[in-house]
Amino acid sequence: MTEDTVLETRHLVAGYERREVLHGVDLRVAHGEMIALIGPNGSGKSTLIRALSGVLPPMTGEVILHGRPLASYPRSHIARQIAVVPQMSSILFAFSALEFVLMGRTPHLGRLRSESAHDRRVAADAMRDTDTTHLGDRPVTELSGGELQRLIIARSLAQQAPIMLLDEPTAFLDINHQVQILRLLNSLNTEQDKTIVAVSHDLNLTAAFFDNIVLLSDGRIVAQGPPQEIITAERIEQVYGAEVLVDRTPSGRPRITVPSPATRRQQR
Amino acid sequence: MNSRAAVLTVILLLAAVFVAALSATHGTSGMSARQALHVIWALASGQQVDDLGSQDVTIVRDIRLPRLLLAMMVGACLAIAGVVMQAFFQNPMAAPSIIGVSAGGALGATAAIMLGFQFWLWRLSSVTVSAFVGALGVTAIVYLLSRRGGRTPVGVLLLTGIAVGAMASAMSSLLLITYGHGQMDRVVYWMLGSLAAADWARVQMIWPFALFGCAFVYLYGRDLNVLLLGDEQAHYLGLNVEQVKLVLITLSSLLAAAAVAVSGIIGFVGLIVPHITRLIVGPDHRWLLPTAGLAGAVLLAFADLGARLCHEIPIGIITAMLGGPFFLYLIHKRRAYDL
Repeated sequence: MTEDTVLETRHLVAGYERREVLHGVDLRVAHGEMIALIGPNGSGKSTLIRALSGVLPPMTGEVILHGRPLASYPRSHIARQIAVVPQMSSILFAFSALEFVLMGRTPHLGRLRSESAHDRRVAADAMRDTDTTHLGDRPVTELSGGELQRLIIARSLAQQAPIMLLDEPTAFLDINHQVQILRLLNSLNTEQDKTIVAVSHDLNLTAAFFDNIVLLSDGRIVAQGPPQEIITAERIEQVYGAEVLVDRTPSGRPRITVPSPATRRQQR
Repeated sequence: MNSRAAVLTVILLLAAVFVAALSATHGTSGMSARQALHVIWALASGQQVDDLGSQDVTIVRDIRLPRLLLAMMVGACLAIAGVVMQAFFQNPMAAPSIIGVSAGGALGATAAIMLGFQFWLWRLSSVTVSAFVGALGVTAIVYLLSRRGGRTPVGVLLLTGIAVGAMASAMSSLLLITYGHGQMDRVVYWMLGSLAAADWARVQMIWPFALFGCAFVYLYGRDLNVLLLGDEQAHYLGLNVEQVKLVLITLSSLLAAAAVAVSGIIGFVGLIVPHITRLIVGPDHRWLLPTAGLAGAVLLAFADLGARLCHEIPIGIITAMLGGPFFLYLIHKRRAYDL
């Protein structure tokens, strides 16, 4: 089992200048796993992704990639191993969609080499998989939030890294594209053996698409396991402080519904 | 292949030849364009030039030619320094002066003039040398004061540049009013930017920067593209962000400092040339850098020709007078700036 571990944190404490966000996180990500990170706002999900990617150095503890501290690798090596889809950011410069996706090839290119036919093919495949091929020449400054989000995912696919970290990859998408992206992650995981860690805010979609869920609360991992164990009414109330109903979908996955005000009145 | 960049390059190359011909043959000396062409032809083909009139030869060879070359190299250096700064700050409104290059250069030049530094270094005057040292020194201070635990956040850099730049300007003003008797107009003239003092020594000073500096920046074309996405995403794409930033800020300040040292402060070129070029060729630096450099060279050569023919008014006045309205037009026309 230990040989399989590709990325892990050991007693990770991380945060920002005056604020410690993660207070000792031990997470082990094995090769080929697909893990969802859930938890209330401010529980440290994004901080954990940033620490795993190396952009945020640990205060204490370690992040280990393939058995060695992350900081001991050159940046471009990490970028060939780990692709990150950050939360949406605005872009002020009018690169075309294709140029933008091609930037995912950066860690594979030397300073003097320009993109080869192979790089263009990789970018084209990534755009096909994310349903963004038609955006080709459009400037990224003119795209909708959802289009840009899919393009960022395409860029991370073009990186061809075996590990993908995603911070709310479906946050700005409509239900169709949400499902499409999650299906894509699923097939990348099963068919291309990609290791995936994704922050998710939609508990129902998480329960439907992930078999391994990590629940964070106040900078600590409070539970990890399959959706049936993690997404229960008691735990959601305890961690999120929200009163919810949890039943099962026809396929046996937990499903959360929020009692409408009318139901609550009847219960009283 | 970027066809708009290719077309622009051809147009700019033709414009460069055109402005070079105009600059070499026109001036206020009373020499005819025909005579100037004779001199150029004689010089270029290595013929004896004794019978052409020594004054005319001197004007073409030692005044017009170095001045033209200087204008073009200063323009290219300022434009490329501007391109780098705009990528660095992820902001199309940035310019080299933002990190204190101009204020530092002005302080160096003012100190040299006011305190009467009397030295020459490789045939360069104390004013030129001090301006170069001042420009680089203030930039280095801005950079070092902006370090935060191994990082240089662009917001901190921007504000530090404003604060340190203001202090440098205040010191220049203090020197000016304390020692200003009789030397005030020299300083003012320098601050407005001028190529009137162009000579071969200045050309020799700036050409290594113009050639190697710009070539070096070009090697970082892809890094500059990735930097436009922001520090964090650049990091995710494998860039060693802090290292690249240090290289780029060093190159950009060297280019701008060399330009400031030989010509004083020529405003707007480092802001407007990258900006307009980017509107035409797009943000890919592998096209933007060469076209912006060429555009800066051509623009400054035209502006300096104008300055020469209009009683030597400082070139900084011309670039600002023309650049300002054009910039206003762009701001007005493009909704993208209403952020």
